Amino acid sequence: MKVKYFAWVRERVGLAEEAVEPPAEVRTVAELIGWLAGRSEAYAHAFETPRAIRAAIDHTHVRPDAAIAGAREIAFFPPMTGG
Amino acid sequence: MPIPVTIRIQQADFDIAREIAALTVLRTDIGAVVTFTGICRGSEGGEPIAALTLEHYPGMAEAEIARHAETATARWPLTGLTVIHRVGRIEPGENIVLVVTCSAHRGAAFQAAEFLMDYLKAHAPFWKREEGQSGANWVEARDHDDAAVSRWTER
Repeated sequence: MKVKYFAWVRERVGLAEEAVEPPAEVRTVAELIGWLAGRSEAYAHAFETPRAIRAAIDHTHVRPDAAIAGAREIAFFPPMTGG
Repeated sequence: MPIPVTIRIQQADFDIAREIAALTVLRTDIGAVVTFTGICRGSEGGEPIAALTLEHYPGMAEAEIARHAETATARWPLTGLTVIHRVGRIEPGENIVLVVTCSAHRGAAFQAAEFLMDYLKAHAPFWKREEGQSGANWVEARDHDDAAVSRWTER
């Protein structure tokens, strides 16, 4: 699946997007965050406060307990500040 | 009957008079047009700001605004609706966002414009980065923006 990062999540990870293949036991958005955080210090820094991270699956906001099965694109970003 | 709904995300500035005209020309069913324009302030919390840079999530930003536009047109008898959000670097005094709502009467147009702005601020995937005296910082989300949204669902 494709993962996208925005704003300070993107800056901390050091990438705007990438393809990832998490193991089968990673089933939810929260579990994906935990798995990504374990990849390196940069990811750990980006995801150090899961409460501050918002997620979207295929362009729709989702909660941390949302299943990631079948997702084409998952995005992680801070709370929004547009308008 | 479907009403004209325009949603645009662009770097360029917008012309409010032209956007109103685009919705109202040759129409005689519109009795009220409400516009909201969000403008970049020159200071925040007493500190001067050189500029804002707006980042967005292409694809989702348009989809999210479209979902709220659908909710607004289902909830109020609107006869036209335009939302334009700028991205990129924006300096103090420049426009950031425009919402135009049309209806036969002012109540629906006022309420729908406020509803759309509240939802846009809290749910549309845009992020502001401020260039201040101490460098560039991502703007933090405000609790009162979430509170502003919740009043539309509390009864």
